[in-house]
Amino acid sequence: MAETIFRKAKSFYDVYERKAGANKDVTHYCPGCGHGILHKLIAEAMDDFDLKEHTVLISPVGCSVFAYYYFDCGNIQAAHGRAPAVATGVKRTNPDSVVISYQGDGDLAGIGGNEILQAANRGERISVFFVNNAIYGMTGGQMAPTTLLGMRTTTSPHGRSIGNEGYPLHMCELISTLEAPVYVERVSLTDAKHIMQARRAVRKALKAQMEGKGFTFVEALSACPTNWKVPTREANRWIVEMMEPVFPIKVFKDEIETREVVPREKKTYTPHEIVETLDLPTGDETVSFVRPPNALKDPEIKVAGFGGQGVLLLGLALAQAGMRAGYHVTWLPSYGPEMRGGTANCHVRIAEGRIGSPLVHESDVLIAFNGPSLDKFASLVKPGGLILYDSSLIDRTIERTDVKALGLPFTELADKELGNGRASNFVAMGAFIVASRGVFDEHVVKSILPLVIKRKNLIELNERAVAAGMRIAREALGS
Amino acid sequence: MAKQFIKGNEAVVKGAILAGCQAYYGYPITPASEIAEAAAYYLPLLGRTFLQAESEIGAINMVYGAASAGIRVMTASSSPGISLKQEGISYAAGAELSCVVVDITRGGPGLGNIAPEQSDYNQMVKGGGHGNYKLIVLAPNCAQEMCDLTMHAFDLADRYRTPVVVMADGFVGQMMEPVEFPAPVVDLPPKPWATAGTPETYKNLITSIDLEPDDLERHINHLYAKYAEIEANEVRYEEYMVDDADLVCIGFGVVSRILQSGIERVRAEGKKVGLLRPITLWPFPEKRLARLADEGKKLLVMEMNKGMMVDDVRLAVQHRVPVGFYGRVGGNVPSGREVYDQIMLHLEAV
Ligand SMILES: Cc1ncc(C[n+]2csc(CCOP(=O)(O)OP(=O)(O)O)c2C)c(N)n1
Ligand code: SF4
Repeated sequence: MAETIFRKAKSFYDVYERKAGANKDVTHYCPGCGHGILHKLIAEAMDDFDLKEHTVLISPVGCSVFAYYYFDCGNIQAAHGRAPAVATGVKRTNPDSVVISYQGDGDLAGIGGNEILQAANRGERISVFFVNNAIYGMTGGQMAPTTLLGMRTTTSPHGRSIGNEGYPLHMCELISTLEAPVYVERVSLTDAKHIMQARRAVRKALKAQMEGKGFTFVEALSACPTNWKVPTREANRWIVEMMEPVFPIKVFKDEIETREVVPREKKTYTPHEIVETLDLPTGDETVSFVRPPNALKDPEIKVAGFGGQGVLLLGLALAQAGMRAGYHVTWLPSYGPEMRGGTANCHVRIAEGRIGSPLVHESDVLIAFNGPSLDKFASLVKPGGLILYDSSLIDRTIERTDVKALGLPFTELADKELGNGRASNFVAMGAFIVASRGVFDEHVVKSILPLVIKRKNLIELNERAVAAGMRIAREALGS
Repeated sequence: MAKQFIKGNEAVVKGAILAGCQAYYGYPITPASEIAEAAAYYLPLLGRTFLQAESEIGAINMVYGAASAGIRVMTASSSPGISLKQEGISYAAGAELSCVVVDITRGGPGLGNIAPEQSDYNQMVKGGGHGNYKLIVLAPNCAQEMCDLTMHAFDLADRYRTPVVVMADGFVGQMMEPVEFPAPVVDLPPKPWATAGTPETYKNLITSIDLEPDDLERHINHLYAKYAEIEANEVRYEEYMVDDADLVCIGFGVVSRILQSGIERVRAEGKKVGLLRPITLWPFPEKRLARLADEGKKLLVMEMNKGMMVDDVRLAVQHRVPVGFYGRVGGNVPSGREVYDQIMLHLEAV
């Protein structure tokens, strides 16, 4: 393509040092190839808008993989089809840069179909230049998504058929149906008149990007004489006669004038603001608490029930209270579909030393809020362990005699005495404090309530729930 | 500073932000979604970028772009999503881009399940993508390390211009523990090689293609010289009661914690058993393992997979000492009883 870039744009390198081999002043494109023409139009626009120092050009996989041999600007070579995603990452890092995604039809409409559609739909403020030559050039003439019906390629040797490969994909038509793109045009790199039109389109797209307007897309019908197996001089006619009827050249969308530019503000944040924004604790928040000598030591706790009974929350509160009281703690939830089935459980460990496994297979304490949970986990309580269960919902007697089982009406009490059945979990918390002989106390729990209860007006209620739970546990245990 | 009771997955995000991570690109998947959710919440509040990508492929390529432009950037996913990211990871390794990939692993193959497995070991440590490259792989086992190792990952990524993986099983991601967060990092190292669309950087090129065999070979040799440096400097592991041990258990992630509990139990019975926990799965603590073999210690590897890290242990000790293996899969986790029985079995084996 030496002749098309005879007067070399300043945005091209003088000598193509990155190019392998001896001929460092001509491009690697075949004679008559459309890539060279489009390169020239882009480079000239970059010259005129003084863009090269601000431009990052993403080259695709395809014959234009080596676009970085030529463009004297920031260059990134991307994986096949992924240039619009790469461009997204670059542009969002530096919104003041001008980012170009340069792609072929296999790259853009085939393997990268999702990336281009989604970048367009997000309205990424990038410019996409799309070379549609109806074939895979680089790999030697296989079928592209834009290959014409009946067209023979090495992988459609009998001609592309509707039944097998389907219709050619029309990218401008597709993309112009989306709301976000501001400018979508298809041009044709054939004669001088059409190349001038293409030149205007390229400039318009880049200008719109510089102004921060939005996503711009220019498709160029482009010759691949080599793989079409058409003589170079006939290639343009082939575009006109074969491609243009299928891929009409026109402006599909142009909202550049009317599109509002959303102003950006750039603010830097101090370390203090970062810490604050991340909700990181600043002061020391342990409360003074001395563990009574006969309190349960290093309890491994399982809390189980229906989802919605506050099972995970109670576990969290147990662990947080343990942490406040100065213990090592872990909390591990059941997660995912297990929860969707309607049951939830979590494992809590509270220990004086470093905690090994956060899993509680065999627990010292089981707090159960429904029958199935009790049935499932009661047998896994260690001999000598403790079972606390909601006797208002579980109508069972515990068969085991080697554990201490305490059925208390958590829900009923919360309902009748506190007027809110959902506080049953903190009634259980109160019972745990007493039954564990004070692993921590109600003051510790009170200090963590604001952390685990998001609705401020419910904190007082849960405080009363803890007190009520302690009362009934004391009554039941006669302590 | 005071500690915060927090989920491992969330600690990753806070650590990343404290480390100066400017952007997160990702696609939701259990059990890693809390990472995306916390990133979506916090990053915009600090004027940074969060974007839910169209897919893991989109996400890793956005990371590729942002890393090319020179910022600290990350993505996170779980096993099936990581499979999709492998192409992009290979490109990033080839193009020498600094970025952090977090993998909260789950059960496979295929859709598998969302319960914790460690069967991503091979796809991360051995290179799940094409080509000659290695990834630094960090394996936290608690919420504190989810923060600390994420921050460390950003430092390593910048220092060596390479993708760094933080790989934790679903339990380490889902578990909540107290975490002490360090102060935000200020003054990040400059990246004069980036392509940021600025006058200072416009001469730069980010690429992984080298058409000439000699050029590509030179490039790969350059990567491997870098990897040798990493192997010499960046190995991390933790030991527990190894010195007098007859049997050393080896496990990473949540397994190391289960092993710790098991070892405490058998120690109480007077049995000499210790634990070695690799923190870097690559570079692997192979020299330390070789020394343990020199001392004639028996080894028992436990993993939540069908035996992946055990291959590296066997290579390190060159079959000089017996290397036992016990694995659970499907999301099952070895129980205390299983650990106890396995330790006893291998302690007695000759
Ligand atoms: C993942 C992947 N799949 C396949 C290829 C092989 N490949 C290289 S270029 C190409 C097609 C390029 O065609 P197109 O995008 O139309 O660009 P052109 O060469 O015609 O300019 C293919 C399939 C690859 N490099 N990577
Ligand atoms: S093969 Fe086709 S697309 Fe590739 S350089 Fe040659 S003419 Fe251009």
